[in-house]
Amino acid sequence: MNLDIETGSLALSAFLFAVGAAGVLVRRNAIIMFMCVELMLNAVNLTLVVFSRSLGFEAQVLVFFVMAVAAAEAAVGLAIIIAIFRHYELVDVDRFNLLRW
Amino acid sequence: MVSLPLLLQEAHAAYEPILPALILALPLAGAVVNGMGAFLWRENKAIPSVVGPLAVIGAFALVVVNFFAMRAAGIHDPAVVTLWDWISAGSFRVGVDLQFDQLSVLMMLVVTGVSSVIHVYSVGYMGQDPGYSRYFSYLNLFVFFMLVLVLGANFGLTFVGWEGVGLCSYLLIGFWYENRDFASAGKKAFIVNRIGDFGFLVAMLLLFVHFGTLDYRSVFAAAPATLAYGGAIVTTITLFLFLGCTGKSAQIPLYVWLPDAMAGPTPVSALIHAATMVTAGVYLVARAGVLFAMAPVAQAIVAAVGAGTAIFAATIATQQYDIKKVLAYSTVSQLGYMFLAVGIGAYTAGIFHLMTHAFFKALLFLGSGAVIHAMHHAYHATDRHEDPNDMRNHGGLRRWMPITFATMWIGTLAISGIFPFAGFFSKDEIIWYTGAYGYGLLWGVALLAAVLTAGYMTRLMVMTFHGENRTGDEERKHLHEVPAVMWVPLAILAVLSVVGGWVNVPDALPGLPGVHALHDWLHPVFAPARGIFEAHGLHEAHASPIGGGEALWAGISTVAAAVVILLTFRALVRRRYEPAAGAPEPTGLAAVLYNKWYVDELYDRVIVRPLLALWRGCWRIVDAGLIDGTVNGLAAGSRAVGWIGSLFQTGRVATYMFYFVTGVLVILATFLL
Amino acid sequence: MIETFFFLLFAVMAAVGAVMMIGSRNPVASLMYLVLAFFALSGIFVLLDAHFLAAVQVIVYTGAILVLFLFVIMLLNLGHREEVDVRGLAARLVALVAGAGLFAFVGALVTRGGRATIAGDAGRQMVEALLASRGAVGAVAEPLFTSYLVPFEVTSLLLLVAIVGAIVLARRRAP
Repeated sequence: MNLDIETGSLALSAFLFAVGAAGVLVRRNAIIMFMCVELMLNAVNLTLVVFSRSLGFEAQVLVFFVMAVAAAEAAVGLAIIIAIFRHYELVDVDRFNLLRW
Repeated sequence: MVSLPLLLQEAHAAYEPILPALILALPLAGAVVNGMGAFLWRENKAIPSVVGPLAVIGAFALVVVNFFAMRAAGIHDPAVVTLWDWISAGSFRVGVDLQFDQLSVLMMLVVTGVSSVIHVYSVGYMGQDPGYSRYFSYLNLFVFFMLVLVLGANFGLTFVGWEGVGLCSYLLIGFWYENRDFASAGKKAFIVNRIGDFGFLVAMLLLFVHFGTLDYRSVFAAAPATLAYGGAIVTTITLFLFLGCTGKSAQIPLYVWLPDAMAGPTPVSALIHAATMVTAGVYLVARAGVLFAMAPVAQAIVAAVGAGTAIFAATIATQQYDIKKVLAYSTVSQLGYMFLAVGIGAYTAGIFHLMTHAFFKALLFLGSGAVIHAMHHAYHATDRHEDPNDMRNHGGLRRWMPITFATMWIGTLAISGIFPFAGFFSKDEIIWYTGAYGYGLLWGVALLAAVLTAGYMTRLMVMTFHGENRTGDEERKHLHEVPAVMWVPLAILAVLSVVGGWVNVPDALPGLPGVHALHDWLHPVFAPARGIFEAHGLHEAHASPIGGGEALWAGISTVAAAVVILLTFRALVRRRYEPAAGAPEPTGLAAVLYNKWYVDELYDRVIVRPLLALWRGCWRIVDAGLIDGTVNGLAAGSRAVGWIGSLFQTGRVATYMFYFVTGVLVILATFLL
Repeated sequence: MIETFFFLLFAVMAAVGAVMMIGSRNPVASLMYLVLAFFALSGIFVLLDAHFLAAVQVIVYTGAILVLFLFVIMLLNLGHREEVDVRGLAARLVALVAGAGLFAFVGALVTRGGRATIAGDAGRQMVEALLASRGAVGAVAEPLFTSYLVPFEVTSLLLLVAIVGAIVLARRRAP
């Protein structure tokens, strides 16, 4: 089996992405869901880094940006969760239907 | 402006119509001014009293000038004046063309002359009415449209006049529109007329298809050459034209509006529904004589309908108690005579009777108006609300209204065809020609109708003017003759009813100078149609179907009419009538005649009710059910789709994540494939 | 050889960490597993010669973002909750299917280009040359501050907006 690091990394990133998606579907806790989303983002980062070897280091610049945006998103999202928690005393997303008309 | 003596000197010069546009413009201007007056100077009675009659008298003066100019110029082709192009679409052109020929000038004389007299009469009759200005506006407008109808040089312009007089008839019948029944009478007139107008329109369409033009001269010149004699095309055209005539001129089957039209003011009944508008159908058949001459089937139908209507209406008139209704049915009957005449090809006789009928029928209507006016005053003074029209409330009025009495007897003698009054010459000529051209059955019918005419008119006179007065003791003190502004027109019309027939004395009557002036005058107009008749075997006998010459039968008919008058007089003058309020209902044959042979009820059952049911069905099923249902259904459908969409909006993140992931999977799949 | 060994080690750590994260009941435990996974990823970055990114991964992602998560968990006192946080069987099956599908698709996509797009030896040499000429930080910094300067500034704006937003959203209402 020809196991070089790049192919393995790609397989790993696909796996992490799938796990993250499954986690989002499976968990009810809002914070855990967020963490799964972060996991998915990291999987993408890994893919980008692998391809930066052949397509140029600009891919790593993109990874950098992804990280920055992930940070911003995490901050705002957690602030929202805190705001909701104050009102509802729980973070179970199944109990929130605030997005409903 | 050419001076009159100069015109008379220039014999046989070419005739140019004099101020043609002004003839139309004067009544129209009168209508506009009086119309404004209805809004702006409502209290001022002086202006409409002057403007209304003057507009028409001015037009009459112009027509007289044109008449003399035309006579001086001698025999000629029609003079057509084009005011402007109305429709110009490709090769189809309908212009505002005015045709001045012998027939149209004669019609204009009758229209404007009788109109002038009636306008003057109206000043007295309608003087107390709050809608005085509006009345004269409508009346002037009517004269304008009637002149357009008669002057039109093509079917299109005549149709404009046709529709216009129908409109004015509606406006004037429903003049006192606050009364629901009167307004309905106006609607009935307009709607029934519309059915006739449909016929006219179809005929015009067919004319356009076959001739490419609606111009009279072009069509009548081309018709003998391009259409087959007795063919389907010309028969269809003429039958549709005749449908229009039955509507406008109140023949079977569309006469039902005329008796109800008596709801309008009496001068309106005199002008529109006796002298002018209802004669438009006769004028049209005479004008399109060439077409009718080429369609023997249509001709026969015209003559038969005319004769049939004459006797049918006469029977109804014998049992009516409303004085105006008697005169209305009499008008329908006399119009039948005119159609009989033009149907058999005796065009001059038909137009002649149109003219004399205008005189004596207008006289009779205005006289009845005077009676109604007096009765109205009497009832008003004593605050009773009996029907002033009902003859059972009249009786012995000759004591208080001598002028009206005398003039109405003159009118009665004229309509009964007593020598030497006007009706004798015109009606007897029609009856004579019917026999001479070989229509035996119609001849008999016409004679019978003449007898009935004499009968019911005498009955009218006896019930109104002779015998005991049934108005009531208090009211009697208030009965009086009408003012001069109203009886002078009666006198004028009475004179015309006496001498009007003397313009066309046939040669056949011995002892009289044969002054067939009208025949000669109209000859150029009817020559083409007469030519077609003669080419196809029309032959004028000099003896009636059962023997005897014209002189003999003229004498017989006069004597018969006189006898009928005397017998009816004797029979009815002693009869005691009850006043209308307590009068018994008629029974038996009298009831059938009184109820007009139940024709209105028949129309209601057979035509009106099914149509109403159909419309109601359309409303319920099609409009409310289908259309509204579809629209509402669409709305309900949209709401349903929205509801389904709302099921997706759970507001829960989990659901949305699920959709997300599913979508991503689908997109990835498309990338892979 | 050594590289392969370390790569396998890190890969297994990441995978295990990820799976344990989504399966764990205790939120703090989940977070810790995620931290483990991120560290492993950082190691893999090093193996792929993305030294700068490895450092940033540890500093920013694990050191800041996950710590923020931890702070929020502790703030909301979720650490003690032991109630069942995972959905029912149906959801787990759906997640399994979706995950498997995603794994297959994504995997097929990224390896589709064939061996040509994945670098191999040529890529290694290129990277080493670049690193030698600019250094680990410079290799990323150079494009970042020249070609991608505008996105860089915009990102800083984004972070500002996020700060303001977070503060506004999370503060208590004025009494």
